[in-house]
Amino acid sequence: MIVKRAKLSFWERLYVPALLGGLQVTWKHFRRTLFGGKAVTMEYPEQKWVVPEGYRGAPYLVRDQTGDTKCVSCQLCEFVCPPKAIKIIPPGPAGQPADRANAEKMPREFEINMLRCIFCGFCQEVCPEEAIFLQRDYSLTGLSRGEMIYDKEKLLALGGTHAGVQKWKDKLDEAKEQETFPVKG
Amino acid sequence: MDWINNFVGGLTAGQQFALFSLLKVVIVIFGAVLPIVAYAVLVERKVSAFIQDRVGPNRSAPFFVKYLPVVGPFLVRLGIFQPLADGLKFILKEDFTPSHVRKVYFWIAPAIAMVPAMLALAVIPFGSTLGNQKMVIADLNVGILYTFGIVSLGVYGLVLAGYASNSKFSFLGGIRSSAQMISYEIAMGMSVIPLFMLVGDLNLSKVIEYQAGTTLGFIPNWLVFKQPIAFVIFLVAAFAETNRLPFDLPEAETELVGGYHTEYSSMKFALFFLGEYTAMVAASAMMVVLFFGGWTLPFAGLDHPAATFIMGFAHIGIFVAKMLALMVVFIWVRWMLPRFRYDQLMDLGWRRFVPLALANIVLTAVVLWAQNAK
Repeated sequence: MIVKRAKLSFWERLYVPALLGGLQVTWKHFRRTLFGGKAVTMEYPEQKWVVPEGYRGAPYLVRDQTGDTKCVSCQLCEFVCPPKAIKIIPPGPAGQPADRANAEKMPREFEINMLRCIFCGFCQEVCPEEAIFLQRDYSLTGLSRGEMIYDKEKLLALGGTHAGVQKWKDKLDEAKEQETFPVKG
Repeated sequence: MDWINNFVGGLTAGQQFALFSLLKVVIVIFGAVLPIVAYAVLVERKVSAFIQDRVGPNRSAPFFVKYLPVVGPFLVRLGIFQPLADGLKFILKEDFTPSHVRKVYFWIAPAIAMVPAMLALAVIPFGSTLGNQKMVIADLNVGILYTFGIVSLGVYGLVLAGYASNSKFSFLGGIRSSAQMISYEIAMGMSVIPLFMLVGDLNLSKVIEYQAGTTLGFIPNWLVFKQPIAFVIFLVAAFAETNRLPFDLPEAETELVGGYHTEYSSMKFALFFLGEYTAMVAASAMMVVLFFGGWTLPFAGLDHPAATFIMGFAHIGIFVAKMLALMVVFIWVRWMLPRFRYDQLMDLGWRRFVPLALANIVLTAVVLWAQNAK
C-alpha cells in the first residue's frame, strides 16, 4: 500500500504549529491535573476499586439460609480445579455428620490455596450443591504461604450465607409434605 | 568573624585565590548543583506525572515525618523525600559488572560522562559579587571556547560506555550519541558567534554586562531579543547535546533498551544519570548567561554588580530562578514531541541549522557593518 504523504506548507515544515499544539495540549493536562485535581490515578490502599456486580474474584464456601454448610464433600471441585488449588478431606465412615438434615456428609477439611487459585470459576460451575461461589474479593494478601491457604472455617466465614440460591428448600418442603398421609396432590 | 578575617588576611594573594576557588567549587558543586540535579529528577517525575494525568511520587516518608503535624504529610505528597530514597537505592544496589565487558573502559566511562558536565559549570557567572569575590569559579577570558571544548568531551563517556559494554544496544547508543553530538556541536558553536560579534568579548561576565539595561524602556537588553534565531538554534542544539527528548536517540528506551547505559547498574548508572542532569543544568545556565542576561534584571538596580551581601544573594537567586525556569522547559518539552528518526535528526542538524547559523552570522555581520559605517 502506498501512503500518500500530505504536502506540508513552509509554516508547517518549521515544526512551529506542531510545537505550539504540543505546548497547548501538555499545558492543558498539566493544569487540569495539578490545579483541577483531575488525576486518573487511584491511590490504592486508601482508595479501592469497587468491583462490579458479578465480578469473579476469590472462591469462598457459602452457608445456606439456615446457616448450615452447603458443601457435601463430593470433591468434584477438587477434581475439576485446573491449578489443583482445592484440597478436600472427606469425613470418612465414622466422621462428623452433616449440618444439614438432608445431606449425607460434609467435608472434614476444605482448603483452597489462594496462591494457586486462578479464579477460573470451574468449581462454582461444577458444584452440584451450589456451595462455592466466586465472590468479589480480588486483593488477597498474607505474610506467609501458609497464611494464603484458606481453610474451611475461613472460607465459610468469608463466604457468608448465600440465601438467594436455595436449591434444596423446595425439595425439602416437598419431602416434608409427603411425610403425612394422605399425600396432597 | 575576626579569626576568619585574620586568617584570610594573613594569606598571600595566591593562597587566598586558591582558598576561595576551592570554597566556590565545593559550595557550587555540592551545595547547589548536586541538590538541583537530585530535585530536577523529582520535578521531572512530578511534571511528567501531571502532564500524563497521574500524581507522581508521593509516598516516600522518612521516620521523622510523623512528628511534623501538617507540613510532614504535605511534603510527602510533594515527594520531597523521594530523591533521598532514590540516592540511597543507587548506593545500596549491587554494582554488577557483566563478564563480557571491557573492564577498564567500563569503569572509566561513567566518570568521563559526569566530569565534563561539571567542568562546564566552572566558567558560568552565577552571581555578581559577594564581598569582594566575583561569583564565578574561573573568570576566563575565553569562557565560551572553554565551555565548548569541555562539553564536547562529554560524548567520550557515552561512546566509551557503548564500546566497553560490548553489547549491541550499548554500541548502537554510543554510535548514535557520537554522530548526534558532533553534528549539533557545530550548529551550537556557530549559533553563538553572532552574540560575540555583538558583545565583542568571549568572557561570559562581559556578555552579562552587555545585557544590562533596557531598550525602549521596557524590553530588557537580553540577547534573546536581539538574536532570536541564534537562541532557537542554541536551544535545539542544547536539547541534542544533553540527550533530551526529542533527541534522546542514544538511550531511546523503546528502541535500544537503555542505549549506552544498558549494561550499567547501581552507582555507575547513577553517574550517567547525574551526568545527564548536570549537563542539563550546565546547558540551562549557559542559556541564561548567553541569552537571558545572567544574574541581571532590568529594574530596581539589579543590573549592575552588587555592593552589599543582600544584593549579591539576590543576584544568585535571580540566576538560579532563571535557570530553573529553563530546566522546566527542558522537562516540559519532553512530553510534547515524539522522538526524531535518526535521519531526520541528522537532516535537521546539518541541512537546516548549520546553514541557518551561517546565514545568521552573515546577517549580523552585515548589520554591524552598516551600523558602524554610519
